[in-house]
Amino acid sequence: MNKTFAEKAIQRASGESDLSPGQIVDAYPDLYMSHTASWRCIRTLEKMGVTRLYDPSRIAMVMDHISPALTAKTAADHRLCREFADRMGVEAFFDVNAGIAHIVLMERGLIRPGELIIGTDSHSTIYGALGAFGTGVGFSEITAAWVTGKLWMKVPGSIKVEVQGPLPAGTYPKDVMLKLIGELTADGATYCSVEFHGSYVQGLSTSERMTMCNLAMELGAKNAFVPPDEETRRYLAEAGAEHDRYEALLPDPDADYERVVGIDGRALRAQISAPHTVDNVVDVGDVAGTSLDQVFIGSCANAKYDDLATAARFLAGNKVAKGVRLIVTPASAEIMSKAAADGTLSTLIEAGATLTNPGCGACAGNGGAMADDEVTLSTANRNFRGRMGSYQSEIYLSSPATAAASAIRGVITDPAQLLPETGDNRQGATT
Amino acid sequence: MTVGSGSNRVAAQPSAAMLGGACIVFGDNVNTDVIIPGRYLVSIDPAELATHAFEPLGEQVQNKLLESRVVVGGRNFGCGSAREQAATCLIGAGVQAVLARSFARVFFRNAINTGLVVVECSAAVDAVRDTSAVWVDYHAGTVCVDQKMFEFPPYPESLRAIVESGGLIPYLMSGGVEVPSK
Repeated sequence: MNKTFAEKAIQRASGESDLSPGQIVDAYPDLYMSHTASWRCIRTLEKMGVTRLYDPSRIAMVMDHISPALTAKTAADHRLCREFADRMGVEAFFDVNAGIAHIVLMERGLIRPGELIIGTDSHSTIYGALGAFGTGVGFSEITAAWVTGKLWMKVPGSIKVEVQGPLPAGTYPKDVMLKLIGELTADGATYCSVEFHGSYVQGLSTSERMTMCNLAMELGAKNAFVPPDEETRRYLAEAGAEHDRYEALLPDPDADYERVVGIDGRALRAQISAPHTVDNVVDVGDVAGTSLDQVFIGSCANAKYDDLATAARFLAGNKVAKGVRLIVTPASAEIMSKAAADGTLSTLIEAGATLTNPGCGACAGNGGAMADDEVTLSTANRNFRGRMGSYQSEIYLSSPATAAASAIRGVITDPAQLLPETGDNRQGATT
Repeated sequence: MTVGSGSNRVAAQPSAAMLGGACIVFGDNVNTDVIIPGRYLVSIDPAELATHAFEPLGEQVQNKLLESRVVVGGRNFGCGSAREQAATCLIGAGVQAVLARSFARVFFRNAINTGLVVVECSAAVDAVRDTSAVWVDYHAGTVCVDQKMFEFPPYPESLRAIVESGGLIPYLMSGGVEVPSK
């Protein structure tokens, strides 16, 4: 039948058949995610004067970008959301203690293979890690979906990415993605569905697949996808998603792709996005020695349990360099709890890290600001000018391993030089 | 007024769909954090947002924006975040249309959904100078740069209806789509 994942997912959500790229259809998402932007949706709904919603059980709200509230205005916004959720019977409401929306919703079993998810966040592509079609929209579109249940969608063309592994020690899925973004550039996949295939991707944990699908946004992708498999079913069972509630959609073997891209990870070096665009990618060696004021391990790209554990393996028995601020912001409360239970957090704190509450934190400009001329190395997914404080500061992006190694040295450092004795780089190790 | 597409289209007649004037010109990959920094997303008021539009690029750029009716970009205009305010801050600044070689998809959707006209036309971008007057007719599918005419595929009917209502929400409220009543 030569259909891609995206074609099948939009067929499922629209009830149409035999769709091809370019066609515009009305699709009915399974879930509408809104984060801190939820108050904008509620205010918009009030303006419309509508009180009956299409299906409140498809609404998910997570207070993640500014949590806890910084100002009275934000506190009032949060209260508005809390009261709205109560009033409308929105069960999937997660307050300021929960963490980053994407991670929280996947952990709680609310994202399932084959589903269409729209979210007020560009990194909604991350839901492809569980074989779902996730894509970002503005708050007006979420409000409209609350009311009408649908949105217009153009069927995207698809790009197939085949990654060859295994990766050398000291390199990770983040490095694969930065390499790919550097090669394809920031609009290399604009409007496209990006499918990740091959034995390397199949060997990754769900958490690592999240990093892949999250970063696909920085290629301009509409959505990303990893074929669901045994690992997906394991994750979903643990997350409490009942297996009879979903049906995986797989692309046909002869699906029509606009482009097939191969990336050889076997000789990969740690990668860095230099200021001020994500596609300004270099080998770590090209910028090694760059002096750092701050290191941030956080965001929906790289603050999951395995990311924190990797950083802790590098930092164990070491200290953060004098004058460098290491900020660690776990992606979710669940991750924070697990990392607290097994000592990962105390390892980080003993090394000199500042631990913050789960959420978007410094990636959304919420704490961790920089003064003029300061430099941060961050595990997040964006390094745009002014995103973390001064417009005259700089952000570099890397994997958690590179971030941890660089925090120890105080300058950008190839983690291969500081590999922990316990060995690292286990693929598909943990979630 | 000219409507529709195809061989019987009459281009360049004055129409209600004709927008434009002075322009401000940017390069490739103008991102949403530069258009409207995250710290200002606590507001959804177009006028208030406009005072911070392009703040990272300095006052000179901000002043020029306020004098402009058309923003001209290169490739991948509006890349980055899904923040709808990247479109509304431009509307608040008095911008009527954005002309670019290409748009990031979320920015494109947000523009249509807030009633901001967006046009992809590389040939027209090539012709633009800092001092150019740029006029867009999204019914006819034409861009006029300093009297030179360029064509782009006119909006499909569905998108045109949203833009002409002033965005998705006004469109729904005006009865464009059935909305469950109270």
